[in-house]
Amino acid sequence: MNFKSLLAGTALALGLAGAAAAQDPVKAGFIFVGPVGDGGWTFEHNEARLAVEEHFGDKVETVYQENVPEGADAERAMTQMALGGADIIFTTSFGYMDPTINVAAKFPDVKFEHATGFKRADNVSTYSARFYEGRAVQGTIAGMMTKTNKVGYIGSYPIPEVIRGINSAYVHAKKVNPDIEFSVIWAYTWFDPAKEADAAKALIEQGADVVLQHTDSTAPHAAAQEAGDVIAFGQASDMAEYGPMPRVSSIIDNWAPYYIDRVQAVMDGTWESMDTWDGIGPGMVKIGEITDAVPEEVKAAALEMRDAIAAGDYHPFTGPINKQDGSAWLAEGEVADDGTLAGMNFYVEGLTGEIPQ
Amino acid sequence: MIRLEKRPTPSRFWTWATPILAVLLTMVAGGLMFAALGKNPFLAIKTIFYDPVLGEFAFYYRGQLLVKAGPLILIAVGLAMGFKAGIWNIGAEGQYIMGAIFGAAVGLAFYPAESWVIFPLMVLAGAVGGTLWAMIPAILKVRFNTNEILVSLLLVYVAEQLLAAMALGPLRNPDAAGFPGSRNLQQYPSASNSELFAGTGMHWGVVAAFIAVIFAYILLSRHLMGFHIRLAGQSPRAARFGGVNPTALVVFCMGASGALAGMAGLFEVAGPAGQISIDFNSGYGFTAIIVAFLGRLHPIGILLAGLLMALTYIGGEAAQATLQIPAAAIQAFQGMLLFFLLGLDVLANYRIRLTREGVA
Repeated sequence: MNFKSLLAGTALALGLAGAAAAQDPVKAGFIFVGPVGDGGWTFEHNEARLAVEEHFGDKVETVYQENVPEGADAERAMTQMALGGADIIFTTSFGYMDPTINVAAKFPDVKFEHATGFKRADNVSTYSARFYEGRAVQGTIAGMMTKTNKVGYIGSYPIPEVIRGINSAYVHAKKVNPDIEFSVIWAYTWFDPAKEADAAKALIEQGADVVLQHTDSTAPHAAAQEAGDVIAFGQASDMAEYGPMPRVSSIIDNWAPYYIDRVQAVMDGTWESMDTWDGIGPGMVKIGEITDAVPEEVKAAALEMRDAIAAGDYHPFTGPINKQDGSAWLAEGEVADDGTLAGMNFYVEGLTGEIPQ
Repeated sequence: MIRLEKRPTPSRFWTWATPILAVLLTMVAGGLMFAALGKNPFLAIKTIFYDPVLGEFAFYYRGQLLVKAGPLILIAVGLAMGFKAGIWNIGAEGQYIMGAIFGAAVGLAFYPAESWVIFPLMVLAGAVGGTLWAMIPAILKVRFNTNEILVSLLLVYVAEQLLAAMALGPLRNPDAAGFPGSRNLQQYPSASNSELFAGTGMHWGVVAAFIAVIFAYILLSRHLMGFHIRLAGQSPRAARFGGVNPTALVVFCMGASGALAGMAGLFEVAGPAGQISIDFNSGYGFTAIIVAFLGRLHPIGILLAGLLMALTYIGGEAAQATLQIPAAAIQAFQGMLLFFLLGLDVLANYRIRLTREGVA
């Protein structure tokens, strides 16, 4: 090595160091409820984290903690990240709501983003996706494809987000198949492959040949595959490895654009507390590829539904819809307002069983 | 050839030396695992064992150690009394949940009234809830000779269902638009188990844990009941001849451990957790069984074991967050610690002899 190249090397090194000092990378933290390898909910949040890294390169640094229980432990995990210098922290499960608010009060300079919750503060935003739009597409496929007219639904927790999904899937299955019946099993978990598999098997034994799930593992798909002639849908993630059967389509959560947007806002100093609830139109909810196991006319109907929702021409909760007890909810042509949807705690007419109270 | 020879009594030296040896062996084996994962093993071990106590953010972590260790110690002290007498309450998790439900229900019943009597009443209700839940296996055992291990364990799952039902039903926050979970007790001053000194992590549950350690120590070493407990565990036959009433012993040990577990649940729900939610319980009742044995069923040992377990949790989380070590590797690391601790017990109970080969 000669003197000149040595000098050039040193200058380069100094220049890099100078640049790094001039602009500290923004540190983004992520709190995950499941393992990053769950193949569903947490997997997609982690994909979006990686997309943030990819997009900003060395202008951003990300940290995450997985398998964080909802409660006191979550508060500690967030505090750890805030102490560790995080500028923005995404807390990606409903149960992190109160912990997020508590920690945010202690760190007014750190921005917090809480997924699927409803409590905000000056430095706490909330965001969620209109998964029920995807459920309308699923319901359409389910209603047209079932031979037994029985659809099994694995619920996680009886919270509005999940109830909304059940209602949306049912309304649209019923539309294309008046004889449809839904049975719901509550698993009381977001991610527990053993419990999810048990629930799927129980539903299949009761005659269901479509299994919808609001839990995050691929275990129900494995159960559907074993039973044969049962269809399922990818949840939160594409779960394409189970296609073309039993997985015939999926709802994919696409958080990357939102995360990139919010990290950018922190960089620019334009971050503000807000509530975001986006669906198929803005691309936060995606419908995964509909496989060849689905007949052509069913596929066409599903895609038509997707495009109508994306274009804003159709709202999945458009009247007339009655509540389970027969009382009127939406009149002919009336569209549900976001407030009612956000706190939805009732079934629509035709669904059997009770929401656990 | 290596031969194990049983000691007449456990070695005093090894009884206290093995935990230290086990921690050192865990550091070596865990360090190898972290290195295999491509992480700096020295940094990882430092993050887990050193940083929470003396590192940059120790001012926060030290308090969190108490928050995490408090319920573990409180529950483990109660369990240890029963374990010493050969009464196996495996369902502390369920009693913990019931204590939280009872205590929180009393607090929420008073909402929004403010009075100093509310919190003491909640503590009492928590103890009652835990005791009642523990009485089910206790009474079934003394009346019908059922196995308390199975009954108490299965009642955990019953309690979990009740918890979910409470979070969704009677105890649900009426102002939360249909979302599950009770009101947050942290925001209700009369019912809140807040920090006694800000930033220290010291809440009433931690105080109760220390008091329980002292009481258990006196009970076991100075009181007739403590003598009965030890006698029943070492020699049930002799205990019966010695006038120990086995029914009273079962009821006392199950009741005391249930009461302490219930109180732990109440302190947690009114303090760090804040609310009754579907997933309120996070395994303290089960981890406390490990803590009880780690502390050799001795109150002072349990105090130290509780703090050590808390350290591996807090440090383990820090290692996850700062070094991106996967959660599963941290669990494996904790498993190693228990493995070495229990495995090395062989040194306390046996002498190792090297004998010459040749005797076929």
